[in-house]
Amino acid sequence: MNGQDPVAAFRVEAAELLDQIEQGLLDLGHRLDDRELVDEVFRGLHTLKGSGAMFGFDALATFTHHCESAFDRVRKGLVPATGELVAVILFAKDHMRALIEGDGAGLEAAGDTILARLRAAIEGAAGADVPAQAAEDARGGWRIIFRLPPDAMANGTNPLMLLDELRELGEARVVARTDAIPPLADLVPTRCHVGWEVELRTQAPKSEIEDVFIFVMDDMELTIEPLASSVEPSPAPQPELPEVETPTDVAAQQGRPTARSGEHVRVPAERLDELMDRVGELVIAQSRLSQLANGGVDVVALRSVSEEIERLSGELRDTMMVLRMVPVATLFGRFRRLVHDLARETGKAIDLVTEGENTEVDKTVVERLADPLVHLIRNACDHGLEPPEQRFAAGKPAAGVIRLSAHQAGGEVVITVRDDGRGIDRERVRAKAEAQGLIQPGQPIADQDLLQMIFHPGFSTAAQVTNLSGRGVGMDVVKRTIESLRGSIDVSSASGEGSSVVLRIPLTLAIIEGLLVRVGAERYVIPLAAVEECLELSLEEDLRSRGRSFITLRDRLVPFLRLREMFATGTRPDPYQKIVVIATGAERVGLVVDQIIGNHQTVIKSMSPLHRDVGTFAGGTILGDGGVALILDVAQLVAIGQQQEERLRAAG
Amino acid sequence: MHEPTPILWDASGQLAVLTFDLDRETFAIEAVLVREILDLLPETAVPGASPLVGSVVNFRGRIIPIADLRLAFGMPRAEATVDSRIIVIEIEHGDEAIQIGVRTDKVHEVTSLDRAASEEPPAVGMRWRRDFVRALVRRSDGVIVLPDLPSIFRSLCGGDGDPAVGAASLVP
Repeated sequence: MNGQDPVAAFRVEAAELLDQIEQGLLDLGHRLDDRELVDEVFRGLHTLKGSGAMFGFDALATFTHHCESAFDRVRKGLVPATGELVAVILFAKDHMRALIEGDGAGLEAAGDTILARLRAAIEGAAGADVPAQAAEDARGGWRIIFRLPPDAMANGTNPLMLLDELRELGEARVVARTDAIPPLADLVPTRCHVGWEVELRTQAPKSEIEDVFIFVMDDMELTIEPLASSVEPSPAPQPELPEVETPTDVAAQQGRPTARSGEHVRVPAERLDELMDRVGELVIAQSRLSQLANGGVDVVALRSVSEEIERLSGELRDTMMVLRMVPVATLFGRFRRLVHDLARETGKAIDLVTEGENTEVDKTVVERLADPLVHLIRNACDHGLEPPEQRFAAGKPAAGVIRLSAHQAGGEVVITVRDDGRGIDRERVRAKAEAQGLIQPGQPIADQDLLQMIFHPGFSTAAQVTNLSGRGVGMDVVKRTIESLRGSIDVSSASGEGSSVVLRIPLTLAIIEGLLVRVGAERYVIPLAAVEECLELSLEEDLRSRGRSFITLRDRLVPFLRLREMFATGTRPDPYQKIVVIATGAERVGLVVDQIIGNHQTVIKSMSPLHRDVGTFAGGTILGDGGVALILDVAQLVAIGQQQEERLRAAG
Repeated sequence: MHEPTPILWDASGQLAVLTFDLDRETFAIEAVLVREILDLLPETAVPGASPLVGSVVNFRGRIIPIADLRLAFGMPRAEATVDSRIIVIEIEHGDEAIQIGVRTDKVHEVTSLDRAASEEPPAVGMRWRRDFVRALVRRSDGVIVLPDLPSIFRSLCGGDGDPAVGAASLVP
């Protein structure tokens, strides 16, 4: 990490700053007169400008400077904060993100448009009597008087460069103001005591002169006034306000993969200290071990070192796991913006309430949860919540509430998305399912199963396809993503009261408890969370079920798969085969294995890309003897079992 | 169809390679791709995978596939001998670098091939898939085959036919 690219470090930091600014702005949108929020946003913009300039993001610095100065007027109470202003600065923030991620090429036009809107918003907020900035432009030139802060040179500012830059704008007459130079005895040579007065003959507008001082402006004294001879107010040109394409812009921003931030994890220092302690202990244990290796064999000492190392590696693993955990707040934070934009788009009033933001989840899980949750929240906003008038008619408050909560339960994190909208229309779901041939007309079906229909590919009950959702690509993708995280998804809904979708995700993807089994000569791991029970497949039952591959388990038929045949091991079955019954949701399937070896805590290693087409395995793990065992993909196996069941059913 | 992987001859028309045997042929892999040469390791079969990469091993805590190039060149499978080695190489696959162990009958040496002595694979008279071979290089002791590894492994994932036998079906 030592040789880290400073620009990359800046990008990470800037992304965090932008998030902070966004949160601040969103809060501000609700409490327009909150001074602290205004200050917070201003500070964020200010820091971004400063560090942007330091790392050579000049376009960003210039652009941010304009936003900052606009916001400065709010901060100083010259103009009130308005909803419009907040919305414009949110766009500006997106633009800043684009500037940070790209090289700024081709973005000037978009930036200018946003700045024009920003100016209009500020003017709109200030009322008509505030003179447009453009009116301050003087024809003949400017008198500029400036004095840098005393420590400017120590901070790397060279006043001569500033003067040179001014000269580039036109004919300049520079007079140094030496009145503030202290007596020689008090003079600190590294400080800047000289001020300057510049008469600049130029057509350049005031803003261009301000740009010269952009990086020192905040601490310096600067007055810019038109040259006396040429004060002739020019008619203020009406600033052009091209419409910014709101929805497409937003879509583009959201479509951009946010996963990039996933490459970095911020770790609290105390957790690193803990890790360091463990590593220190490990080094000591290692030296004890080498002493033992060099001296004679002392079994008791060897055993104690072995135990020591076992304890340490266990603790190291636990500490490491904790390092990868991040609070879901980072995830939830993103949705506030989403809901804000959705509310503007749909014209519904929507409040997002979040709970349990401090629940911690593995970093990779957080990243991969983002897209499914976006889908669910969009669905809730678009399908779930009714327009205000309907809500009013139903006796509900006008603003719909979307409740996003997270909590930990056992080894799982439970994330719930709940809305207080109209609920899922079961008649429509049924009609659609019948139209698609998923169920027979009039076929009785359990309520829960009916609701699960919405996870079928191509299933959408939206009568109209909107910009947001309703294209029927979504819920099935959500389900698949959650299952790939070894999680589950449940939906419940009460008509007129709203729906809720519950996601259960394992805390970490890196380690699972597994059941180690043997099939033929190879060993495999079945995730223990999916295992329901283990039975013996007796010889008679095996023979009897040759043709149909079903067992009866507590009055239910459960299909089973003979892994030995499936994996073509070419070995003879063990005399006492076992059936491991695994389940996802309500669907169960038995796996016939030769031997159950026992529990195995598994560090999951991913398969090579060359094996990605082999769907039956979710990964591999390394066993105690250094060999490799493959981890079975439960969802895939259950799907294969279901197909087999359907084939048999069709065959009668 | 992909372009054949280019051969990066150096300025003087040489290419540093590691040579090894498969069946009765001598092959060569660019030395810069080679990470390590290992004795055979206990392999774990991956049911359902193409026989060309039909197993995996634990290579320093990572699970990497073992490729049997014999199958890509229509040679029979062979039992391991005392000379059998695994050459671990790292190649670009799609947009990521992957490590693969190549099972060989015998590893010879690091040597350099001469561009002047190399020829494109002939259009006729070769029983191998032409896009699997980048060049044939004449040497005093015979011909060395420079295989196109990215092309061979791409054929596993792309739709242009399985180089070896059809992948085993998974559904019983």
